[in-house]
Amino acid sequence: MLLAIDWFLILEKCVLIAVIISLSLVVAMYETWAERKVAAVMQDRRGPNRAGIFGILQPLADGIKLFMKEEIIPTLSNKFLFVLGPGLAMLTAMMTSAVVPWSSHFELFGKSISLQVADINIGILYIFGVVSMGVYGIMIGGWASNNKFSLLAALRGASQIISYELAMGLSFIALLMITGSLSLKTIVEQQQDHAYNFIYQPLGFFIFLVCAFAECNRTPFDLSEAENELNFGYHQEYSSMKLGFYLFAEYVNMFVSSAVMATLFFGGYDIPFVNDISFGLHYGQNLLAVLQGLSLFVKVACFIFFFMWVRWTIPRFRYDQLMRLGWRILIPLALLNMLVTGFIVLLKSNNWHF
Amino acid sequence: MQALTNRAKTVERKPMTLWEKMYVPAIAKGMSITFGHMFKKKPTINYPEKQRPFSPVFRGLHVLNRDEEGREKCTACGLCAVACPAEAITMEAAERLPGEEKLYKEEKYAARYEINMLRCIFCGLCEEACPKDAIFLSETVTPANYSRDKFIYGKEELLIPDPKTQPEEFAKARGIVK
Repeated sequence: MLLAIDWFLILEKCVLIAVIISLSLVVAMYETWAERKVAAVMQDRRGPNRAGIFGILQPLADGIKLFMKEEIIPTLSNKFLFVLGPGLAMLTAMMTSAVVPWSSHFELFGKSISLQVADINIGILYIFGVVSMGVYGIMIGGWASNNKFSLLAALRGASQIISYELAMGLSFIALLMITGSLSLKTIVEQQQDHAYNFIYQPLGFFIFLVCAFAECNRTPFDLSEAENELNFGYHQEYSSMKLGFYLFAEYVNMFVSSAVMATLFFGGYDIPFVNDISFGLHYGQNLLAVLQGLSLFVKVACFIFFFMWVRWTIPRFRYDQLMRLGWRILIPLALLNMLVTGFIVLLKSNNWHF
Repeated sequence: MQALTNRAKTVERKPMTLWEKMYVPAIAKGMSITFGHMFKKKPTINYPEKQRPFSPVFRGLHVLNRDEEGREKCTACGLCAVACPAEAITMEAAERLPGEEKLYKEEKYAARYEINMLRCIFCGLCEEACPKDAIFLSETVTPANYSRDKFIYGKEELLIPDPKTQPEEFAKARGIVK
């Protein structure tokens, strides 16, 4: 039968989706804790250390506090959009993780279970598409609040994200010329055979990194939040868990963009300095898959730490500086990177003859 | 213009060099500074468990003293109230009746003795004015409270525990009394 439904596949994917969503939520929870700890140690403080050992229960306390807070919807706001905003922000943050390959595959019940929700051949285009949807969360939230500051912040955030998406896309084209594939799984498998893409594309990686900061609305590009000028920006009117959703979405975004960067430039789930395939043959595929997942997780944790490290070092850009950096520095640099890469790739395919 | 001191520095506004314009080296330098701070010793102490000692001249909450036999020393002479610049102290005197010799040291005592802790500026002039060594400023701070009238401390809050019946508490209170 052509249209026979593979129930096992559906079950497998549902379990995988549930695991990944809860994992990203737990990671986002502990990112809030880690952010406060990192901020503290960088400022010679101790950070949260009261709730549980090392303050490990602090995210729970924060969550309970947010749930207990009074829910306020401003009278003159558009109620439907006001509620939709945080939901959209969370949705787009979560959706990105669908195409990230978290590990190779398990071999259970005589089947090979891929640890990637969807290995679509346009994976990276899907990511770009979903990430640009993230603007709507900010835009709708800011507009529906019926508050000048929120609207200004939303406008800033939208223009910032759109500007930096360009440079991000351009920097990725150079990577695409090397890999020749849009599927994240293929990109990772290529990096397992060759060196990591970071070696081939240092400038591309740098531009991608800066743009990822901008896409996540993280300092130094957190203009849409801007506590001191726009008193908290687009989520100023939000309270209770709706605010929590916005904050959480930011952390989920950070997690997913770290995962994407690790996948694209640092070999994804590949274990460094280990021949994964022969390891898998020796010790079994399932152990390999677990270790590969851990390897990706360590890389992601390093990126997340880097995000926080930057946040507590660099002050916020001014709006015109931000736009100048985006349009007049990053985009020309990305174009140059693309041209040089294209030239070298062509030269190589011609066996280094002009 | 003639400079008044030789400490004045002229500000040079040079255009930035290409190295400076790249910003990345400066950012890397800043990042290394913040990274180095992660391994520095933290000056913070875990407050309620660990407390920094007060300085020996610290002036804190008042204590009304007793002598070794547990008799109140205060005679309600009012010198502390006169000395008080914030007018925080009020008292009412009473005469010691026969049979109360074990309670009060002298023939006159303070039936009511109140210090308004919200008015008090903890200058310690009452301690200096007291001819009977009856009032001391201890090394504790006034605890927080929910209502203003609770800050008017009467004799039950101010009096030191009796050395006869509660020797341990008395010793403890004397330990923090200067």
